[in-house]
Amino acid sequence: MKARIHVTLKDGVLDPQGRAIHHALEGLGFGGVEDVRAGRLIELTLADDTSDDDIDAMCRKLLANMVIENYRIERVA
Amino acid sequence: MKSAVITFPGSNCDRDLAVAIERVTGHAPIRLWHGEQTLPEGLDLIGVPGGFSYGDYLRSGAMAARSPVVGAVVQAAERGVAVLGICNGFQILTEAGLLPGALMRNAGIRFVCQTVELTVENASSRFTSAYSKGETIRIPVAHHDGNYFADADTLDRIEGEGQVAFRYNQDINGSARAIAGVLNARGNVLGMMPHPERMVEPQHGGTDGARLFEALAQSVLERA
Repeated sequence: MKARIHVTLKDGVLDPQGRAIHHALEGLGFGGVEDVRAGRLIELTLADDTSDDDIDAMCRKLLANMVIENYRIERVA
Repeated sequence: MKSAVITFPGSNCDRDLAVAIERVTGHAPIRLWHGEQTLPEGLDLIGVPGGFSYGDYLRSGAMAARSPVVGAVVQAAERGVAVLGICNGFQILTEAGLLPGALMRNAGIRFVCQTVELTVENASSRFTSAYSKGETIRIPVAHHDGNYFADADTLDRIEGEGQVAFRYNQDINGSARAIAGVLNARGNVLGMMPHPERMVEPQHGGTDGARLFEALAQSVLERA
């Protein structure tokens, strides 16, 4: 079983990397980009009996910093 | 004063910190490796040095904060032992939950490496008692992830409780309210991005950093 963990910055937290990507896209001539937020995708390969609670604990204890980040768990068959 | 300096894979200011502590206090720190499960008995100070522990993987300080020795550091901090985290050490202490907030990529994206002016905001802690409140001191910074962030309620609380130890006189990295160094509520844990260990003898260009270690040594004498 795989799980994808999407880690993103909380709303209101300034994202310097996203802003730099935004500038770079504009520099390449792409118009219409209103905002860019950069995050992180972590793909876990897990034993089939891994519980949702366990994955949630992994996110809270290590994969995301709850001060600045949110996470979303996506189970993949 | 009995102190220890921890070395993680990727630490690079551990030796400088150990030398500074020895030069200023006259006592050489014990050097500890990150895999230690327990700390020596009777420590007065634990130094968590700068560098790029674990290659800054995941987030700066994130992996080191989950290493065995930091579990022991958290317990020691809860017993009241002084813990000083500098630069990557500050990042590690926030990741470990010993200090509020988080350190993000500098607002200007660039690594900043320069001597900066700081204002001493709290001169009554055991780390800062050799300074005067409101005094300007000069200490070098060298970091990529020094942009201090905490939510507005937390910022109000730590400012109200006197937990802001140092502020930058100029905005160098986007830190919330120009915060350069933070104390825990009890006042025995300090994290700061500037490097006091790099400003302890005249050949460094100044000695403002030395007074931080002098204050720690003095606090140990007063507690004895």
